Amino acid sequence: MEQELKAEGLPKTNAFSQWIKNNFQYIPPAFITLILLVGQFTYGILDNYLSLVVAIGTSVISEMILARTILGTRKNLASAYITGISVGILIRSNVIWPYFITALLSILSKYVLRYKGRHLWNPSNFGVSWMLFLGSMNVAGLSIQWGSNLAAMSVIWVLGLLIVNRAKRLHVTITYVISFVILAYIRCLITGDAFLAELSPLTGPMYQLFIFFMITDPGTSVSTKKGRIIVVILVALVEFVLRLNHSIYAPFYALFLVGPVAKYLDLKRSSPALQVK
Amino acid sequence: MKRKAAKTIAVVIFAGLLVATYFLSRNDSFANGNAVVDSRQKEDALKQYGFYLEPVNKEAGITFTHVCPDVDPKLEHIKMQIASMGASVSVCDFDNDGWSDLYFTNSKTGSKNALYRNLHDGKFEDVAEAAGVADVNTKGTGVSMGAVWGDYDNDGFKDLLLYKWGKPELFKNIDGKKFERVTDGSGLPAWVNANSAIWFDFNNDGLLDIFIGGYYREEINIDSLSTTKMMPESFRYANNGGRKYLLMNMGNSKFKDVTEEYGITSTKWVLAAAAADFNGDGFPELYVANDYNVDEFYLNEGGKRFEEKGNAAGVGRIPKSGMSASLGDINNDGNIGVYTTNITEKGILIQGNNYWLPNSENMKDDPSFVNLAQISGIENAGWAYGAQLGDLNNDGYMDLYVANGFISAKKNTSYWYDYSKVTGGNSTIIGDAKNWPDMEGKSQSGYEEDKIWLNNSDGLFEDVSGKVCPPVTYDGRAVAMADLWNRGVLDIIVANQNNIPLVYKNDPGNNNYWIDFDLTGTVSNADAVGAKVMVEWGDGKKQVQVVTGGMGFSSQNQHRLHFGLGESDKADKVTVYWPSGRIDTIENPEVNKLHIIKETK
Repeated sequence: MEQELKAEGLPKTNAFSQWIKNNFQYIPPAFITLILLVGQFTYGILDNYLSLVVAIGTSVISEMILARTILGTRKNLASAYITGISVGILIRSNVIWPYFITALLSILSKYVLRYKGRHLWNPSNFGVSWMLFLGSMNVAGLSIQWGSNLAAMSVIWVLGLLIVNRAKRLHVTITYVISFVILAYIRCLITGDAFLAELSPLTGPMYQLFIFFMITDPGTSVSTKKGRIIVVILVALVEFVLRLNHSIYAPFYALFLVGPVAKYLDLKRSSPALQVK
Repeated sequence: MKRKAAKTIAVVIFAGLLVATYFLSRNDSFANGNAVVDSRQKEDALKQYGFYLEPVNKEAGITFTHVCPDVDPKLEHIKMQIASMGASVSVCDFDNDGWSDLYFTNSKTGSKNALYRNLHDGKFEDVAEAAGVADVNTKGTGVSMGAVWGDYDNDGFKDLLLYKWGKPELFKNIDGKKFERVTDGSGLPAWVNANSAIWFDFNNDGLLDIFIGGYYREEINIDSLSTTKMMPESFRYANNGGRKYLLMNMGNSKFKDVTEEYGITSTKWVLAAAAADFNGDGFPELYVANDYNVDEFYLNEGGKRFEEKGNAAGVGRIPKSGMSASLGDINNDGNIGVYTTNITEKGILIQGNNYWLPNSENMKDDPSFVNLAQISGIENAGWAYGAQLGDLNNDGYMDLYVANGFISAKKNTSYWYDYSKVTGGNSTIIGDAKNWPDMEGKSQSGYEEDKIWLNNSDGLFEDVSGKVCPPVTYDGRAVAMADLWNRGVLDIIVANQNNIPLVYKNDPGNNNYWIDFDLTGTVSNADAVGAKVMVEWGDGKKQVQVVTGGMGFSSQNQHRLHFGLGESDKADKVTVYWPSGRIDTIENPEVNKLHIIKETK
């Protein structure tokens, strides 16, 4: 999960808006920190702080080193921070090394798996998907409920929607949510399970992180609005198929499969070679 | 050039990590049900580990089979999950003949519980019907979930507390010959959906009191529901379970509900409890293992009140699925720790079991525990239920048996995906059973082998599952340890859900020494529940055990305490710390012998 959102076309209404525009890159990190804090202080979602520190530290340090040595630049570390915090939340383990490895794999994927100077996978989506796919004894995913606090969940949804709206990615989130709901209904017709059972994952914390941070990531999404809508529908469709095949981490795997292909085709079709941001 | 080299190094590290994590994940050891038995297995086990567990149901004449509870038709689609508990075993010498007897509970309406009297010749006889404790699952009264034995009236015979998803029942033991139902007027609650109860004397008045932990809310009757909104409101933070009951023994065969008065007000989903004095003030603390939330640690404040200190003490910080709580001193340092079981399913849910060791200079005011399960190698078992610590090869160190397996139904199927859908959702969804997907006969963490861990005496345990007994993959629930044939070794009894129990006869295969103690209180409660025995032997070795009135998951071990002494043919000193505060010491007691100790007045 990475966010390098830029507030595009914000009206210059007042000083606050201008400040937001100038500093928008810090809003997503602040938002994901808020999600973490709300989860931690209402329910204690983190089993320990060390794993989070290791994940964030690994992300930030490896980003600094790789940007400097491979690209010869200093990078804004906001996206690495988001990657680290996402790994710290999404991975569940009783030992520390998976947090280090997942964060390192995530950041490395940005510098190794590239096309025309751009990375193809959302970093934390790559790292988290790989570690979950292995089905290890030491790693599981956050698929369990944080709690029943509707107020906390509502705050996260409202703020999340406001932020993706500011970042001109509301269409991505909305399209995905609508697609998920429609496909959940179709799944319930196929499986015979209750509609609410199929809809249920959308109400959990894993999806809050997925729809506000992963699928909206500008660094790995395609260049046109129409393209982004098509891609996110495809993600939802692949997830639908994976879910029918009982894949617990279906959204991560769907984005892992669809996102890079779409980005590759988009870059191939329209984009000149770029330096990584 | 430097950038190219850096990129090359990054590619190599990246590829290396992918390959390494792949192979590491393939090498994870876990209960796999694939252990191979050959003719040499027993011989090898005896030689290498010093014991072998032989299932002897047939030879012992134990023919009992557990049958699961009936459920309301509205729960039929998830019946296997709802009706997944009720197989229990408790050990008791109910007739005071010096031989351990076994009580198994059954859970289908109309099914009968079994009381197997030990015939001293290797065989058992079911006398439940004649004794009046068989036909206890009649319609309208609920069905059995477990039982614990305790001499509540100090008459020298252990009485029976039966807890159910239904009306708890109290049976008075009449001279070891029969049982008289004395529930009515005793003060026991009308209906508790309980999966846990223990006897303990929380105020040290010499009378055994009762703790009962509720699972489903009291108004729920599983086979006749008025609402399907009876599931946990969260997988990790559920507080909508049944209430707890702390029942004070008033001394006239009546019990008084003092739960609220004593500060026990939470409604988490209790699955197990264990009591021991962790802070040395003479009063027993209460450890409660909860499903769908954190465990609780109730500090006993002089027998007058309990204060829940789980979070501050460390045991109540990470929500897991607490299934069992058992006591033991695995390091021979004189400290009693608590082993609790949870769920581990590869790649899906890695909770891990805990071994909580007291870790505070000031346990009295500032209790604190440290979890040694990971470092000791006893963390990941499976979908674990009951567990017990005991010295299986008499080498002087407590080993560990953990029952595993949730639902073994259709092979090569899994309900985990369906389960994750609802458990990841909001409370309004997870909390209503009608939203839960149809199980369609699928397994969930099924066909798992039980875990047997051997204490290597250096703080580490070795996984000997499938090496010291034939491999079986029943859905294990309750585990109890007892010397069933008075040979100076611990045998194991495992109650399996929807199946036969396993009665393992322990073939010691070594000449290690041992010493046993059976305690009787005079000032303290007659069962001496809460008494602590410390045995010191060899070169500074010492081990502590405590007399309990039930622990583990729906289980109760034998009343006597068993200590292995390894190759040491003498014990230097035995100290008995009675609940009354009295301390008795015995110098150089004879080994390879059961010592009956009566509290000095």
